[in-house]
Amino acid sequence: MSTPEQPDALWRNPEPKKSYDVVIVGGGGHGLATAHYLAKQGITNVAVLERGWLAGGNMARNTTLIRSNYLWDESAAIYEHALKLWEGLEEDLDYPILFSQRGVLNLAHTEQEVRDAVRRVEANRLNGIDAEWLRPDEVAKVCPIVNVSGDIRYPVHGATYQPRAGIAKHDYVAWGFARRADQAGIDLIQDCEVTDFVVDGDRVTGVRTSRGDIGAGTVALCAAGHTSVLLDRLGIRTPLQSHPLQALVSELLEPVHPTIVMSNKVHVYVSQAHKGELVMGAGVDSYNGYGQRGAFHVIERQMAAAVELFPAFARAHLLRSWAGIVDVTPDASPIVGTTPYENVLLNCGWGTGGFKVTPGLGQAFADTIAHGRVHPLLAPFSLDRFVTGALVDEHGAAGVAH
Amino acid sequence: MQLIPCPWCGPREQTEFHYGGQADVAYPDDPAALTDEQWAHFVFFRDNPKGPFAERWFHSAGCRTWFRAVRDTRTYAFLPGSSA
Ligand SMILES: Cc1cc2nc3c(=O)[nH]c(=O)nc-3n(C[C@H](O)[C@H](O)[C@H](O)COP(=O)(O)OP(=O)(O)OC[C@H]3O[C@@H](n4cnc5c(N)ncnc54)[C@H](O)[C@@H]3O)c2cc1C
Ligand SMILES: [Zn+2]
Repeated sequence: MSTPEQPDALWRNPEPKKSYDVVIVGGGGHGLATAHYLAKQGITNVAVLERGWLAGGNMARNTTLIRSNYLWDESAAIYEHALKLWEGLEEDLDYPILFSQRGVLNLAHTEQEVRDAVRRVEANRLNGIDAEWLRPDEVAKVCPIVNVSGDIRYPVHGATYQPRAGIAKHDYVAWGFARRADQAGIDLIQDCEVTDFVVDGDRVTGVRTSRGDIGAGTVALCAAGHTSVLLDRLGIRTPLQSHPLQALVSELLEPVHPTIVMSNKVHVYVSQAHKGELVMGAGVDSYNGYGQRGAFHVIERQMAAAVELFPAFARAHLLRSWAGIVDVTPDASPIVGTTPYENVLLNCGWGTGGFKVTPGLGQAFADTIAHGRVHPLLAPFSLDRFVTGALVDEHGAAGVAH
Repeated sequence: MQLIPCPWCGPREQTEFHYGGQADVAYPDDPAALTDEQWAHFVFFRDNPKGPFAERWFHSAGCRTWFRAVRDTRTYAFLPGSSA
């Protein structure tokens, strides 16, 4: 699909009102999607408050991989819910988002990785998710440029394959949600940083912002990497740790890479964007950081891994690299649900992998706000799980694999 | 590359170090007496400030000692003299 003609403006730039039924903090993908699905529920006295410009955080910086082949039932359910919504999102938003279901290969390089991967394929199938185990020769058929020869340091022993996985154009996704929310009368307010909360007992009655106080019936936090900064104001502790996560693109190349390839072992993943640049990423920088930049040795390592797997990329040039701030949790699963404040709802901890869930989270979180109870798909991800021990450990499926 | 001030070896390249997260998280005196909630806070819950943060570092490719240092998570700069 070609690039859409952009009108002069996709949304208004309104002044904040005195109060709203729902105040969403954070105008990234999750905040904007939540606004869109609230409007579908008929709830439109809503503001999305964004400290910078709309979708300029992780939504602008992610590598747009979308898949649902997670191990545990809880994760498979929410990510597959999201994937089904992605499949109809262009029509729903009436806006092109360049959603391309080109499939994902998750490579296995050791005997143990093979066992784990086959187990994940079986778990996925039991959850009704398209998943296959491919031998090296089958991997080469799906992606001819992957080096499946036996003479590399970590030979490819096979891969899981999810054909329905894909990529989308992140900016168009954000703009599509923003445009529809705005059309429904929701106020998208930029340059508006929430600095504190107005607390009355166990309720929050409003937010203090760089553009004045704004009253709120319900406050929904969608601040991704900055969630801890906000929760500190409310005295709520979590296991969240904010880390820089980097990605990079090459110069524009002819179409050479037909799918998405990820490798936890050599620690890189690669896709090719519509325009032709190779998009690559790896793991987080080790230390906590709010700087939206990372260290170059992390980039060097992921390039080395990429060249090992794709010898054809050896002469490609790095065009640019960047970082976002991702909020990671100990079990690589999100934290969504209620807080000690009865009208403050939390959505965070999606860490390195929350782009793919954007429509699913938006729909289920809006439903949570609308009905005053946590949507069943989100219930397993409560903050409480760190006390009960009911963790949803997705390090195997999340790993490097966003 | 960023230099990290090891209190024993002086400034060395970041790749020589392993990150240990928040400093001063003491092992509970009487672990058996903790509630589930207190135990969860000891095991999982950590500060995540935007600003100065006291952290543990391990000079894994050097003198192999653990030390404590204060680093600003906005600029990544180590506070001078904070390594010990
Ligand atoms: C390099 C990189 C690669 C990634 N790759 C993938 C991938 O391939 N697939 C995938 O599924 N996920 C990926 N992710 C993760 C994904 O980007 C995030 O999980 C997701 O974007 C988080 O939701 P969001 O879009 O709402 O976040 P954001 O876009 O970060 O939105 C949060 C917003 O809140 C705003 N905010 C914060 N504090 C305040 C405040 N006090 N007041 C007002 N506004 C505030 C911020 O400015 C920001 O705009 C990647 C992330 C990065 C950084
Ligand atoms: Zn040392």
